[in-house]
Amino acid sequence: MLEITNIHATVEGNEILKGIDLQVKPGEVHAIMGPNGSGKSTLAQVLAGNEEYDVTEGAAHFLGEDVLDLPAEERARLGLFLAFQYPVEIPGISNAYFLQAGLNEIRKSNGLGELDAMEFQELLREKMELVAIDPRFADRPVNDGFSGGEKKRNEILQMAVLEPKLAILDETDSGLDIDALRIVSDGVNKLRSPERSFILVTHYQRLLNYIVPDYVHVLFDGRLVKSGGKELAYELEEKGYDWIKEELITAS
Amino acid sequence: MHEVSNATEKEHYIEAIEEMASQKTPEWLATLREDAAKRFAERPLPHRKLEAWRFTNVNPIIRNPFQPIAESGVDQLASSDVHPLLYANDWIELVFVDGWYAPKLSRNAGPGGAAKTAGLHEAIAAEDDLVEAHLGHVLGDGGNVFSDLNTALAHDGALVHIPKNVELDRPIHLVFVSSKTATESVIHPRVLVIADANSEATIIESHVSLAGEPRYFSNPVTEIRLNDGARLTRIKVLDEGPQGYHLSTTQVRQDRDSRFDGFTFSMGGPIGRNELNIVFEGEGAECSLRGLTLTEGSRLVDNAISVEHHAAHCNSWIGYKSVLEDKSHSVFCGRVYVAPGAQLTDSNQLNQNLLLSDKATVNTKPQLEIYADDVKCTHGATVGPPPQELVFYFQTRGMSQAMARGILTYGFADEVVNETPLDPVRDRLDRRVFDKYSPK
Ligand SMILES: Nc1ncnc2c1ncn2[C@@H]1O[C@H](COP(=O)(O)OP(=O)(O)OP(=O)(O)O)[C@@H](O)[C@H]1O
Ligand SMILES: [Mg+2]
Repeated sequence: MLEITNIHATVEGNEILKGIDLQVKPGEVHAIMGPNGSGKSTLAQVLAGNEEYDVTEGAAHFLGEDVLDLPAEERARLGLFLAFQYPVEIPGISNAYFLQAGLNEIRKSNGLGELDAMEFQELLREKMELVAIDPRFADRPVNDGFSGGEKKRNEILQMAVLEPKLAILDETDSGLDIDALRIVSDGVNKLRSPERSFILVTHYQRLLNYIVPDYVHVLFDGRLVKSGGKELAYELEEKGYDWIKEELITAS
Repeated sequence: MHEVSNATEKEHYIEAIEEMASQKTPEWLATLREDAAKRFAERPLPHRKLEAWRFTNVNPIIRNPFQPIAESGVDQLASSDVHPLLYANDWIELVFVDGWYAPKLSRNAGPGGAAKTAGLHEAIAAEDDLVEAHLGHVLGDGGNVFSDLNTALAHDGALVHIPKNVELDRPIHLVFVSSKTATESVIHPRVLVIADANSEATIIESHVSLAGEPRYFSNPVTEIRLNDGARLTRIKVLDEGPQGYHLSTTQVRQDRDSRFDGFTFSMGGPIGRNELNIVFEGEGAECSLRGLTLTEGSRLVDNAISVEHHAAHCNSWIGYKSVLEDKSHSVFCGRVYVAPGAQLTDSNQLNQNLLLSDKATVNTKPQLEIYADDVKCTHGATVGPPPQELVFYFQTRGMSQAMARGILTYGFADEVVNETPLDPVRDRLDRRVFDKYSPK
């Protein structure tokens, strides 16, 4: 599904990612944890195609395609989705209009017919129910004036509508209350399938109680320095990141 | 000293003024015209060193000897030509062709209803006292060299009178149409609106061109007097033809507790200028001035706004937006004057410009002249392309950059449209904005 080899990326001349390797197979859920500023969002943005970041070395293949040269929209049309850590607000454009336009672009490029307004309304209603979002959000401008938690849920709604093959959720759990966390996790779990993969960026082990990962990785100073099963998340929760730092120092 | 007489450029206008003076006219009007002619002769035509015109090059208008128009092209028009410009059967809609009132193309006009509407020429001929009492007096010595020219030469236009306590149940639409007959001509439409105490009304003023691409110069002046407690919404649509130059002046005088809601949509014509002057003369008056300018090619639109607070407790809000493509140019000036004693003034302005091309130009400036101490005046301006982080968000949802920019632009512009009252007006504007920017 996704194969990343030795990715280096810089922003404004600073190297943030310093050689990342990662393989995600269909149906797998990978969690990426790591201290603030270690490069988790940078990795997510680089994969989604944000041109603010320069990839200076390495490759990324998604469903066999070399995606680093593709513009972001073509990655999305292939089935890559990013739930942003900080979703932007788009005044003047309704959620429904935005999502319908996006979905139809993705459908068109996959040889599917466009959904008309009626068909889309029906689909949206269904998906809003799935992620327990108030139907009135359909007509509100995208994220405009939404609370932090509402924005995160709106990202999950978009994921549910666009039905990507690989979803990267960048701290979608941060800022959610317990109920919202459960709703979001339920939404993700309902979308889990043998064909669909997830990368969850998170700081909290509690998310992984709801969405049980196959692998947990630690991103530290631009490198994936440790990988393990879900028990690694418990260890991190308990001990923090210092012991990893010490391990690294001892190793070098 | 700069040469200010502009003798050659003014020559054909002075001739027209002399010709006008030879016609039989009521004395008050002759005096009004003479005074205006004098001011016109004295004031310099715009040039780059005049602050108010620094960024607005009107040489194409000045250097072309646009001729006075002898008669309107109304006989060449069928009502089906004009019909698409109108809104609704039960609205009061007055059509003016090449500056002349065209009763047979108009509907529901006249003195019959709750409000009085009339052609200005016929109102003057009928010795309407309102016209004599107010024409030229709302403008006073405000305005500019072109509004002087209008006062000196205007021969027709609209009179609108909303009597005391009348809440008009239907909008008034004034449609100024330029026909082929206006080719190489200058027209000076004149509108006089008197809203008596506690009245309420909505007026739409459309400036459009019919048939082909005649080159013409439209130089309208609108005078609006709002008496105590009067509420008026005025929607101006500047949509001249591809060679229709437009330099307009609107002057509003507001008495105590009156409210003016102004909308200015600028969408057509090579050079368009909307000078809008609000004067608060009574306490507790307020105005909200909204504008949307859409330019492309090498078009230029200038919104020169002035709000003068001469009384205390008045509020003014100015919110103008521009969307610019190609090498087009948008100029905005928001002047706010607060007289000594105009305490508790609350004035805010925001000018937002969306650049869809890096060759487009924006000149924007606030001009605050504050002589009272207990006031709140804010101003702000933004100029730039659709933000990259927003465009990227669209891309991650499968949409191209072009599509993202189109949708973002539509959303930006439509915000002003959405605030416009009257469904038929809003729908027509919305369609226009949608067709212009939304991705195909
Ligand atoms: N656009 C940018 N300009 C400059 N520096 C940036 C930019 N984006 C990221 N950085 C820097 O790159 C580093 C990694 O940032 P990143 O957002 O990837 O961290 P993170 O692991 O997601 O952190 P957090 O857990 O706080 O979300 C930080 O030092 C950050 O300041
Ligand atoms: Mg982050």
